[in-house]
Amino acid sequence: MTTETMEAPAAAAPTATPPHPLREFWGYFSANHGAVAGLVIIVAVVLVALLADVIAPHDPNVTNTALALKPPFWQEGGSIAYPLGTDPIGRDILSRMIHGARLSLLIGIAVVAISIALGTVLGLVAGFFRGITEIFIMRLMDIVLTLPSLLLAIVIVAVLGPGLMNAMLAVALVILPHYVRLARAAVITETSKDYVTAARVSGAGTVRLMFKEVLPNCTAPLIVQASLGISTAILDAAALGFLGLGAQPPSPEWGTMLADAREFVLRAWWVVTFPGLAILITVLAFNLLGDGLRDALDPKLKR
Amino acid sequence: MLRFILTRVSLIIPTFLGITLLAFFLIRLVPGDPIETLAGERGIDPARHEQLLKEYGLDKPIFVQYGIYLSRVLQGDLGKSMITQEPVLNEFKALFPATVELALCAILFALMIGLPAGIIAALRRNSIFDHGVMGISLTGYSMPIFWWGLILILIFSVQFDLTPVSGRIDVLYYIEPTTGFLLIDTLLSEEEGAFWSAVEHLILPTIVLGTVPLAVIARMTRSAMLEVLGEDYIRTAKAKGLSRFRIVALHALRNALIPVITVIGLQIGVLFTGAILTETIFSWPGVGKWLIDAIFRRDYPVLQGGALLLGVVVMSVNLLVDLAYGLINPRIRHTR
Amino acid sequence: MALVEIENLSVEFPTQGGIMRAVDGVSLKLEEGEVLGVVGESGSGKSVTMLALMGLIPFPGRVKADKLTFNGRDLLTISERDRRKLTGKDVAMIFQEPMTSLNPSFTIGFQLTETLRLHEGMDRKAARRRAIELLEQVGIPSPESRLSAFPHQMSGGMNQRVMIAMAIACNPKLLIADEPTTALDVTIQAQILDLLMTLQKERNMGLVMITHNMGVVADTAQRVMVMYAGQIMEERSAADLFASPQHPYTAALLAALPERSEGGRLATIPGVVPGLYDRPKGCLFSPRCAYATEHSRSVRPELRPWAGGHIRCHYPLGDPDRDAAIQHDHPIKTEAAS
Repeated sequence: MTTETMEAPAAAAPTATPPHPLREFWGYFSANHGAVAGLVIIVAVVLVALLADVIAPHDPNVTNTALALKPPFWQEGGSIAYPLGTDPIGRDILSRMIHGARLSLLIGIAVVAISIALGTVLGLVAGFFRGITEIFIMRLMDIVLTLPSLLLAIVIVAVLGPGLMNAMLAVALVILPHYVRLARAAVITETSKDYVTAARVSGAGTVRLMFKEVLPNCTAPLIVQASLGISTAILDAAALGFLGLGAQPPSPEWGTMLADAREFVLRAWWVVTFPGLAILITVLAFNLLGDGLRDALDPKLKR
Repeated sequence: MLRFILTRVSLIIPTFLGITLLAFFLIRLVPGDPIETLAGERGIDPARHEQLLKEYGLDKPIFVQYGIYLSRVLQGDLGKSMITQEPVLNEFKALFPATVELALCAILFALMIGLPAGIIAALRRNSIFDHGVMGISLTGYSMPIFWWGLILILIFSVQFDLTPVSGRIDVLYYIEPTTGFLLIDTLLSEEEGAFWSAVEHLILPTIVLGTVPLAVIARMTRSAMLEVLGEDYIRTAKAKGLSRFRIVALHALRNALIPVITVIGLQIGVLFTGAILTETIFSWPGVGKWLIDAIFRRDYPVLQGGALLLGVVVMSVNLLVDLAYGLINPRIRHTR
Repeated sequence: MALVEIENLSVEFPTQGGIMRAVDGVSLKLEEGEVLGVVGESGSGKSVTMLALMGLIPFPGRVKADKLTFNGRDLLTISERDRRKLTGKDVAMIFQEPMTSLNPSFTIGFQLTETLRLHEGMDRKAARRRAIELLEQVGIPSPESRLSAFPHQMSGGMNQRVMIAMAIACNPKLLIADEPTTALDVTIQAQILDLLMTLQKERNMGLVMITHNMGVVADTAQRVMVMYAGQIMEERSAADLFASPQHPYTAALLAALPERSEGGRLATIPGVVPGLYDRPKGCLFSPRCAYATEHSRSVRPELRPWAGGHIRCHYPLGDPDRDAAIQHDHPIKTEAAS
């Protein structure tokens, strides 16, 4: 794809033209092997999540004490029917992980969606009205940023009560400041530009202005931040699950699975290894994607 | 210089107020009777209820209540644990050194590996070493550390029987806390083997807690170094005929460390959060585990007071980092 | 023996879109105590040429040359260690941006004494004394107190004086000044130029003055080299060049000087320096040249001796057969010609 432009010596090829912007973006993005790998993994996880009911070999919640703590198939005592072994009450680990992918993705996307929705509104409000509104909102966000994110999430969940919904809400609140700052910064730079003044003069309302004119102009950093936000959300939600404050058993959420498995760490390595590996790989994929997107979009933002 | 310090200190006052406000209001959200939540006495008779209501000022308007709460906090009164009836501050003081010891070891571990790795990666940009460091650090950054702890236990404790699984020291030893830091106390106690037992117990928690800061420091050092190495003054240093080592270790590093110091400071906040997970995994008797235990015992005064104290600690560390930043960056020191 | 001898130097940078040749076949000789002006628009390769001489081409740039010597020493085969003994001592350089060229984290005194201690082996005290002397020589008032100042506490002009002090600290045989006055206020510019010329005469050192400003060259240089898109276009004594420029590009540059403007309007050169994607096949200046022909658009001229210097042009302005040659090669009507 990019090889022909790479090899063309400019001195000898006076007619070479600069690449198209979209092509250039893909050029930068695809040159980053990590980002492409991240994208591939994410697509795979999404497919697994969508097809969970079809591809999971067993029901994730059916218990069978006769089959408790069966090792993975390549170890003695394991069977191909339960490829990654079973947990202490005989549930198939692979099936639970497949259904867990659904939960984790849902958590990541829902949390970031809530956060973006709330964050952009707050940021837009702060950026448009300035003054005391802005100071209040931004100070509050600074405080949230000062506090360690997981500590804040833990306290919020402890107060609201453990559970997946509360955990998601807590994580959404914790990552909120990033979006508020982004949206506010975008508003402040964009409102000083001529086209916003023009729209204002032509009678566009403030609210209309915010959403139709300003928002589309901060999509690039928002996309990057969203990708990184999903990874934080999955990680923090899993941590809450692990602490017993997130999704509650028997939910196949990956962090919750680890919490259940903790006491068996000395006897059955597989019950702790696989769910954590799933978290690591998924989070890593979103981070790789976010980094790749930022690198690919950044030169444009600077230009 | 004094003015610089004073401005910085005054800047944290709103943050402090905000944290107290959060702590104050969060506890109001707990369903149930606030007297029972705060006083820690369950099933009390109406007369006592009335008395406590007055004592806590809960019959007054909400902002007066906040005023009362704030003045108590400023006097160091954070309430009593519902379970032990001990003042929250005392419990915190007893457990905090354990967390600090772990956190310091973790940040040292992260610095000792992260800084050189980042510097070398920047100097050998796009080499295999660079790609390796960046790959590993992104993995570390994405690591669910609660799982990482379990995996390390699986490998080092279960498989090779090298390190202990939990606690700060072997139960064989009883060490009277003098400094609260076991590494120091064991050396003072002259009990044979106690020091090494404490070291052994520290290894895995240090690695687990240090992993994320290590990753962040390596990444940050690399990018700061790359940026600095492209600066005009590095070209000047080269034009002076200085050795490559002097250019990197003195002219570049001094400037690259400025953003890195900030990141390290921010990581200390992350470290205290990570301590909650790490301490839970390794049954490390610090404030993180104490907080989690409090949640499950519904010990709300401990939760409120502990979270507030941790918030204040993080805030203070950030302030110190800010001041240190001013010290090593003359541009800030002189202009503000 | 010439102080500097460069033959057929080229510097290349690989980029996303291909290899960029920043310097292309540059040859030059510089005698001891000579002042050479290197002129060209930004991106003409004048700085890169001198950075190559200093050995400061950043990775992944590649330097190639048939000959590259300084004071009789071959710089192409010199060891890294020996080169460091030369740079900063016998050949020194000052840069365009004094504010960013000094390290913000160290005091002026530290940065100044560093060179003295490295190359002259002075101890702390001796270096300090010499630093004060140097600051006096470059006209910095109350030099002792300035030693403990940081670069951001001083003005751009003062910082450029510090840069000059640092450069002349070890009595170099050659000083390369890369746009030393461009970032400064007009009033300061003249002072810095005066300072450089005074120091050059006192010490009889070679001086290369890189600039895009013909006026600066006119005031300072004995010889001038005009560069365009990485190549030398013309190279002659300053007096001759200013009296009768031979290359159309030189002529256009001179015509753009305010004091030479005719009829109250400033002359401009239409178009821009070719970039990575639009390097012409023939003469690099042909797209902007008023006298371009079919021939000059397709065949690149060689650098050849001409009128006491060198030129890279098919039709030098002083050539008596010039008009006939242009007619013969099918002239192209351009905007510039009208």
